[in-house]
Amino acid sequence: MNAAGTMRRRHSRFPAGLLSKGALVGGWFTLGALLSGCSDPGWQTKDISDLMPPLEFQLTSESGEAVDAQDFRGDATLLFFGFTHCHDVCPATMAHLDSIMGELDEEARDDLQVLFVSVDPARDDPETLRDYTTNFGPEFVGLTGSKDELNALTRRYRVTYGYGEKDSEGHYMVSHPSAIFAFDRSGEAQLLIRQDDEREAVLSDLRRLLASG
Amino acid sequence: MLELERVGAYLLPWEFSPAWVIVCLAAAGCYLRGLKRLRSRGQAPGFWRPLAFLLGVGGVYAVTQTHYDYLSQYMFFTHRAQHLVLHHAAPFLVALAAPLPVLAAGMPSRITNLPGRAVAGRILSPLYRLLQHPAIAPLLFVGLIYFWLIPEVHFDAMLSHQRYQIMNWSMLLDGLLFWWLVLDPRTPDQGGLGYGARVLALLVVIPPQILLGAYLTFSESVLFDVYAVCGRAWPIAPLTDQQLGGLITWIPASMMSVIGVLIVIRYILSDKGDADKGGASKAKAEHERGMPQP
Repeated sequence: MNAAGTMRRRHSRFPAGLLSKGALVGGWFTLGALLSGCSDPGWQTKDISDLMPPLEFQLTSESGEAVDAQDFRGDATLLFFGFTHCHDVCPATMAHLDSIMGELDEEARDDLQVLFVSVDPARDDPETLRDYTTNFGPEFVGLTGSKDELNALTRRYRVTYGYGEKDSEGHYMVSHPSAIFAFDRSGEAQLLIRQDDEREAVLSDLRRLLASG
Repeated sequence: MLELERVGAYLLPWEFSPAWVIVCLAAAGCYLRGLKRLRSRGQAPGFWRPLAFLLGVGGVYAVTQTHYDYLSQYMFFTHRAQHLVLHHAAPFLVALAAPLPVLAAGMPSRITNLPGRAVAGRILSPLYRLLQHPAIAPLLFVGLIYFWLIPEVHFDAMLSHQRYQIMNWSMLLDGLLFWWLVLDPRTPDQGGLGYGARVLALLVVIPPQILLGAYLTFSESVLFDVYAVCGRAWPIAPLTDQQLGGLITWIPASMMSVIGVLIVIRYILSDKGDADKGGASKAKAEHERGMPQP
């Protein structure tokens, strides 16, 4: 009975120690504040420099050659995943990017490349990719790869893709990330640009990305 | 053979994380060892409690260290189902199993005699008492669900491996604390929380979960863009994904509270029965309590 009494007293003693223990609650909320992220105020789109590794991949270019990330160092890089049969996200994103890049100086534009990685290699061979990217500016480069190569890249950036059921004509949907990942000239991850980011915000960040290094 | 390989691949972790593997294996190993020892002394806790404990630990392992984890990272409703296991179902089963005596019997003596154990206990016990205060525990239980569903917080948690791990661990630990508090096999006389407070704690967490679940289900816009940003495991309409996730947050999650209340009522009845019969049968009832017989 003594033990039980002590336990009860412990419960009822709580309010007296409330103040000192408030610190613990405070700690909990501080953890929350930390977790909710403290990104570089200079960037207007999502800063991922602490979250994502530098650009690395082994893929096939739209001219059919094996390429890796080293081949694309030196220029700032935007990386986007999609498939050429896409009706909504991909053409919208590509056209949006193309028009934003149209506002950059020609010199700056030369220092920027857009890698369009098709996650639908069954339908997107290098030729199809080439036809697709020529609809946009010369900065757009189509890439694809084997399932393993694509998985290595998507996994690295914690994104994924998947295929829907084929219909009677053999068409199928592909789920893919809508994010654009931005890397600086040395291939360090910098930004994640979302579809609904303001045009001005993206433009300002691209200028800043190009001005650095 | 190919089929077998495919099944094997589903059982392997998507992202191997030693902490989950070690904790799950240690818990199961320690428990089985304790069970064997108690059985040799004729004190084994029957069939249902070990089943509940192992199901709970197995559930935690299954949603974190198999291919299921991939689905929970790339789809909202599967993510909600993962948290339903980590925060509700698995800790509920573990707490219901009242595993402490078995775990203690199975614990290697090297660990029970670790130096500094008393100091650690003294440091941790105020924190434990704070978290288990009947006013704080339900707040924390609901607060954590809401916290990780703040769209910006959710976005970062899904994007960063480290934050994803913190999220899942916090859900499991909080789930264990909460369900242990309300399903504690000790009677109030033995130091367990009063039955009224347990029922109250179980009931107050229902409305906020219903509210959140309904909000997710009936929302006409996509609240969590991270799944579009990072891609979904397969093409599914974003709103359908969110509605399914909302239903999981809403219905099974609040059902768990109802089941919890029924169990507490059973505790009350058996406690009353003990009081009627006197102290002699108390130890026996205490031994049997914790897992309702079917």
